[in-house]
Amino acid sequence: MQKITREQLLAKASELLSNGTVSCVLGWGLGEFDYDVTPTIFKSVEELENGFVFNDFCGANFSKYLVNKTAKLEGKILVFLKPCDTYSFNQLLTEHRFDREKVYAVGIPCEGMADIAKVKAISGDGIAAIGSNGDKLTVTTLYDDEAIVIDTNEVLAERCINCKSKKHVAYDELMGEEGDVTQSNRFDEVARLEAMTPDERFAFWQNELSRCIRCNACRDACPACTCEKCVFDNPSSGVENKSPANSFEEKLFHIIRAYHVAGRCTDCGECSRVCPQNIPLHLLNRKFIKDMNEFYGEYQAGAEVGSRAPLVSYTTEDLEPGEVFNRGENNA
Amino acid sequence: MQRVGVFVCWCGTNIAGTVDVVAVAEALKSEPGVVFSANYQYMCSQAGQDMIKEAIKEHKLTGIVVCSCSPRMHEATFRKTAAAAGLNPYMVEIANIREQCSWVHKDMLTGTEKAIILGKAAIAKVNLNAPLTPGESPVTKRALVIGGGIAGIQTALDIADAGFPVDIVEKKPTIGGKMAQLDKTFPTLDCAACILTPKMVDVAQHDKIRIFSYSEVTEVNGFVGNFDVTIKKNARYVKEDVCTGCGACVEKCPMKRIPNEFNLGMDNRPAIYIPFAQAVPKVATIDPNACNMLKNGKCGVCSKVCAAGAIDYTQKDEYINEKYGAIVVATGFNPISMDKFDEYAYNQSKDVITSLEFERLTNAAGPSAGKLLRPSDGKHPHTIVFVQCVGSRCESCAEKGKEYCSKICCMYTAKHAMLTRDKYPDTEVYVFYIDVRTPGKNFDEFYRRAVEEYGVKYVKGMVGKVVPEGDKLKVQASDLIANKQLHIDADLVVLAAAIEPDKSARPLATMLTASMDTNDFFTEAHPKLRPVESPTAGVFLSGACQGPKDIPETVSQAGAAASKVIGLLAKDKLTGNPCVANSNELMCNGCSSCANVCPYGAITYEDKEFRMPDRTTKVRRVAVVNPAVCQGCGACTVTCPSGAMDLKGFANLQIMAEVDAICK
Ligand SMILES: Cc1cc2nc3c(=O)[nH]c(=O)nc-3n(C[C@H](O)[C@H](O)[C@H](O)COP(=O)(O)OP(=O)(O)OC[C@H]3O[C@@H](n4cnc5c(N)ncnc54)[C@H](O)[C@@H]3O)c2cc1C
Ligand code: SF4
Ligand code: SF4
Ligand code: SF4
Ligand code: SF4
Ligand code: SF4
Repeated sequence: MQKITREQLLAKASELLSNGTVSCVLGWGLGEFDYDVTPTIFKSVEELENGFVFNDFCGANFSKYLVNKTAKLEGKILVFLKPCDTYSFNQLLTEHRFDREKVYAVGIPCEGMADIAKVKAISGDGIAAIGSNGDKLTVTTLYDDEAIVIDTNEVLAERCINCKSKKHVAYDELMGEEGDVTQSNRFDEVARLEAMTPDERFAFWQNELSRCIRCNACRDACPACTCEKCVFDNPSSGVENKSPANSFEEKLFHIIRAYHVAGRCTDCGECSRVCPQNIPLHLLNRKFIKDMNEFYGEYQAGAEVGSRAPLVSYTTEDLEPGEVFNRGENNA
Repeated sequence: MQRVGVFVCWCGTNIAGTVDVVAVAEALKSEPGVVFSANYQYMCSQAGQDMIKEAIKEHKLTGIVVCSCSPRMHEATFRKTAAAAGLNPYMVEIANIREQCSWVHKDMLTGTEKAIILGKAAIAKVNLNAPLTPGESPVTKRALVIGGGIAGIQTALDIADAGFPVDIVEKKPTIGGKMAQLDKTFPTLDCAACILTPKMVDVAQHDKIRIFSYSEVTEVNGFVGNFDVTIKKNARYVKEDVCTGCGACVEKCPMKRIPNEFNLGMDNRPAIYIPFAQAVPKVATIDPNACNMLKNGKCGVCSKVCAAGAIDYTQKDEYINEKYGAIVVATGFNPISMDKFDEYAYNQSKDVITSLEFERLTNAAGPSAGKLLRPSDGKHPHTIVFVQCVGSRCESCAEKGKEYCSKICCMYTAKHAMLTRDKYPDTEVYVFYIDVRTPGKNFDEFYRRAVEEYGVKYVKGMVGKVVPEGDKLKVQASDLIANKQLHIDADLVVLAAAIEPDKSARPLATMLTASMDTNDFFTEAHPKLRPVESPTAGVFLSGACQGPKDIPETVSQAGAAASKVIGLLAKDKLTGNPCVANSNELMCNGCSSCANVCPYGAITYEDKEFRMPDRTTKVRRVAVVNPAVCQGCGACTVTCPSGAMDLKGFANLQIMAEVDAICK
């Protein structure tokens, strides 16, 4: 259950639209189902009142949308950002991907978002409606007469269980109280993978990645993947591949992508959230983050604008490769 | 489709001994694009090169692959050969079947197999090669020397004598560096000032040399042949061109108790000072932290006594912009701080001193007018203990000292010990050492004289502790050869402190995009073959900033650096390396990743307008590589996520083609 309500957000958005601070609002819009919330541009108070939603399924990270929207739309855009979204926001600014002047960022508190897959695991398919009541979700399905009541904590998304920060690292205005960086156990699962033998780990990933249908949703949702021309869409890159016709996904697609976002991935979790095949993609990226922390010192992408990530920056103070190797050995 | 010629070299038996060269030439014949394949004993010989030239003409080759030694050896040779036959030199690829093949394999079968694979990879690459033309850039015929020690002085003189203008930037009020502080110099024991000051005067009088003293470099832009440098001239509150160096101000200044850095704080100087009698430029400098006029607006004595009217309390820092074709770094060294070496009681007793302080104490122009007297009570010391390797070769104590050998301490300690015994035969002189290292012309003879003729007591072992007690210093040490503990009541203890690069060197290296090792010594382009060049084109190294050195070595390196600079400035135009990075602006995100990894600062950004498919225009930030600065290292190409950045001559696709050919 969110501490902030749709009405509060609606009022804020209407106010900023009406007083001319912004000319449009990037918010969550009504989708086909209650859990199927879609990022939407609202240009008037009327549009907002008809289509704006806020519920436990508003996981979408809007940062990436700013790249295209700021380039296309006139005037300022109001964007609502959860704490985790603000890291992607900063990372994109670090990479000069959008014009900060064209954005009015409102930080909103977040109590964690629900994972629809976990809901469906309890309620079964055929969800007709989902309501929210305190800490409970009430799920009505086509097959049951009575609504099924689910504790929101039971269906929290993985990234929210392991939330890394309730603190907003960027905003123009904050609704609610300032939070803190949280002590999260997000690397535990990576450690479990590290404990496997290479063969076990290979089997684990092959099993996961072989399910990939190459819809590209992970890349398309990833705020680090904003390239003007992605290598996977570029016939001259040598790694173009658009369908799961062979084992490219298992062997290369995800690994190349993980390397491309290394040092830039904020661990926002969008990749895993959008994957229709429920592949735990975040584990791959988190392994990179964990390694970088251990080899080069703690680093959180997007914690501040302009910070220079290990692997994608060079200074004369850089660690010598030998020292990095030693740290790797010590951890092994 | 290319028309490729393959030339397999025997290199006598070097290659042919372990690789079946005939089989290699035969196997490569059927590779895509290959229209000619041959083998020959020595491809690099005149006959071999003629064979290549003829084949290029006769078979209308558009690319050639030479299977031979490392490209480091003969790539340039074969490029010239190709060019002489009218083929673009960048259409030449080398398959290294010697260092990477015949020399590492013993068995003919494996050697041959690998040579064929390497040949295939080179053919796959040359099929994707495109002719390249190097760009040209003009050369500014002026050099900048940073640091005015003996290294900088020598380099500047040599460059200026060749007719090119040189500017020296020295952060202290005078040039001269550490050598100006020394007394006599090993191995010949001539007085440092007597050999240094004439050179300083030469510098001052040379019409091609300008000295910016009390100045520092604050910004460096540009690239080899075209550096754009900002120099900050710190306000010295004295008009340099008016001051005659008479010293009247120095005598009359009432603020007399300022520690004199030239004598390492062992005596005092006034707020307005000239570091030493032969300073160049011989101009007074006001210390703004000490001058009462500058601090509180009260005094003005110096201005009143200056007959020339040179004092100017309102002087401001001045910034000068100048263009240079070459930059020489000569920032030298300093002894490390002794603060962390409590065991030697350096901070507890005035009579524990460093070797550089010892130089001042024995120097006729020093605080005791050259008489060796104890700093604490001015008494003549009888028992003197020298400790070598204080903070040098300090593997276990990296936090305190340095892991490397400071190189000069064995020799100057022998010098100090010998001179002491020579001048004061009533003294007893001990030297504690780990090893005595005296390679160098007449060095070992020098050290042996100290032991044999002058009776200096060399003890192999380290001093464990120095404890001041009364007016004595109790020295506890071990004698490793006699295997016993020694207790000596000393009057003076002299520490041969390790030396380290000047602290300003690292920020300077960043400005110059020159690389340094972990100890902050500048690294050379090649440790053996290019010792006075930094890996950054147009930046050269002179003196102790590159590694510990004595004066003879410093001077030879200074001359070598000068000759490299002269060679560069003598050119009117520089031909660049065409194998540089290039960003495809249609694919570039403007993300700055490439600029963040470029070690040479070759990448900048531009906002560019693009026509979009829907006929709108979009302004996007895109990367632009300066081909004159880019060294073709390729760091940017592997960092660029979208593959917008690529390296000419080593394009991603060419490398992938090579890998594919090898893995096939
Ligand atoms: C105690 C002692 C005794 C020695 N005795 C002998 C001997 O007897 N015989 C012998 O051959 N060698 C001797 N040496 C070694 C000798 O001092 C060095 O070889 C020599 O000084 C090296 O010259 P250099 O110009 O490289 O460095 P330095 O003499 O250190 O000169 C560097 C100059 O650069 C200036 N500088 C530094 N940074 C900057 C900056 N960022 N911008 C502008 N200017 C800068 C400094 O102020 C200095 O003037 C002795 C050394 C010591 C410590
Ligand atoms: S890789 Fe996944 S977790 Fe990382 S930034 Fe992209 S979407 Fe977020
Ligand atoms: S996968 Fe790589 S090339 Fe594609 S969008 Fe992501 S970062 Fe860019
Ligand atoms: S979202 Fe999932 S299924 Fe789609 S491409 Fe990514 S990993 Fe594959
Ligand atoms: S190739 Fe190296 S030097 Fe050239 S622009 Fe790229 S990173 Fe810089
Ligand atoms: S790394 Fe690639 S995409 Fe980013 S600025 Fe450089 S060339 Fe452009």
